[in-house]
Amino acid sequence: MFKGMTLGQYYQTDSALHRLDPRVKLVATFVYIISLFVVDSFAGYAFAGLFLFALIRLSHVPFRYMVRGLRGILFLLLITMAFNLFLTPGEALVKFWIFTITKEGLSFAVKMAIRLIFLIMGSSIMTLTTTPNQLTDALESLLSPLKKIHVPVHEISMMMSIALRFIPILMEETDKIEKAQLARGADFESKNLVKKVKSLVPLLVPLFIGAFRRANDLAMAMEARCYRGGEGRTKMKPLIYHGNDYQAYAVLTVYLLCCAAIRIVL
Amino acid sequence: MIKALHLIHDYIKRDEEGNPQGTIRAVDDVSLDVKPGEFVAILGHNGSGKSTFAKHINALLYPTEGTVWVDGMDTNDDAHLWEIRQEAGMIFQNPDNQIIGQVVEEDVGFGPENMGVPTKEIWERVEESLKAVGMWEYRKKSPNRLSGGQKQRVSIAGVIAMHPKCIVMDEPTAMLDPSGRKEVIRAARALNDVEKITILLITHYMEEAIYADRIFVMDAGKVAMQGTPREVFSRVEELRALHLDVPQVTLLAHELRRAGLAIPEGILTKEELAEALLLRNGE
Repeated sequence: MFKGMTLGQYYQTDSALHRLDPRVKLVATFVYIISLFVVDSFAGYAFAGLFLFALIRLSHVPFRYMVRGLRGILFLLLITMAFNLFLTPGEALVKFWIFTITKEGLSFAVKMAIRLIFLIMGSSIMTLTTTPNQLTDALESLLSPLKKIHVPVHEISMMMSIALRFIPILMEETDKIEKAQLARGADFESKNLVKKVKSLVPLLVPLFIGAFRRANDLAMAMEARCYRGGEGRTKMKPLIYHGNDYQAYAVLTVYLLCCAAIRIVL
Repeated sequence: MIKALHLIHDYIKRDEEGNPQGTIRAVDDVSLDVKPGEFVAILGHNGSGKSTFAKHINALLYPTEGTVWVDGMDTNDDAHLWEIRQEAGMIFQNPDNQIIGQVVEEDVGFGPENMGVPTKEIWERVEESLKAVGMWEYRKKSPNRLSGGQKQRVSIAGVIAMHPKCIVMDEPTAMLDPSGRKEVIRAARALNDVEKITILLITHYMEEAIYADRIFVMDAGKVAMQGTPREVFSRVEELRALHLDVPQVTLLAHELRRAGLAIPEGILTKEELAEALLLRNGE
């Protein structure tokens, strides 16, 4: 059932954004999130929205894929909006029973919602146009200055990419164990919460034991193939900046400057 | 190429609290010599010590007593550790647990990356290795979407990319279906024939051992029998005493011979049996 499942939400197509160096995309996402807090006016949000829209067009990813990510935060969105709406003190607009909606509250709530929506969509663009593999590579490269203070950057990114490789395998194994336990009369369908949690034990124990055995095997296989940490390792697919990457950085800088200008002017 | 002299390996047995409880002798005084370019099969049932022996060749385990040399280098000598691991590649049983990359080509590149091979050469090696095992068309695929036999061929390509002189295969076919087994054995034989890489195949499938130049049969940590496939499989009764089967055709020929038919011992293939029977009929 998990066969052929792709991780993350990478959308395979060819576009200017797909071809960008993953480091650029990671930095850009970060910058975009910051920019959402820099601009603090509706004009600013309109500008950020315009930028986002241009990026979505550039990515060649259908719009519905972007919106899909929003479903997950719908609940969070409603709660933050409600809190901002009702709990901000200021000039009262509507009053009923114990609730007061203030003018400030309304503007806060709308701004917060816009921020959250843009934030999720902005990071979706990155995950939709970058494979998980490229992302771990980018992370390793961007964090490499931290090696100086003994942060095991290479190890962290290796762990991430191994985890990504094994998630589908472990899911398949969960599926198998579940079927095996069902065949032995296990009850996974119970509505009773305590029973439900208890029924997970015979599922998780073999899964964990299996995962440890796999980890042991994999470590041995890696050693047999001369793996000895990041020291002296070369890269099959090294990250190299090209012309379009520099252009992207330039666009990004201009964008951030515009955001700052909007903040100052308005 | 590979030489073992009086090799002994003891596992320490521990009780539930982890206290040593004594030792189990997994490999007991094994001496053998594999020449460059040879295709050697090691047979034995579960627990005969064949996997433990194999792990010594890649310096994943060290001898308790005795010595193992790979291409003249003592595996006990840490100075040669990486050289030994590069020269003696290793294929394990479970294909899922030895593929590191998320894309076929990246997995094949893993070994050369670790060795510090320049980027351009890594790509050349990846191409040549994937072509050698016939997996070049699958280079952009995720390993999760391949069959067992294909995954195992990717693992083999990953080892070839390190340019080893010898490949140790520790039951590479144990988890595969019959067609996957054939794929892997065909790839191993091609490497031996074309690239002249020394192959040490550890297996409990007798049918796979008939292609070897030499066979070692292990039992209880010792080398119980050795010789060419024909020599070893002629000794049907002895093999049975070690709880090993002989290939079906060999068994049939053996039974026919016992029933009084004058055909030679040690028939390994259907074709040989047919020929022997025809010869007899012609008389």
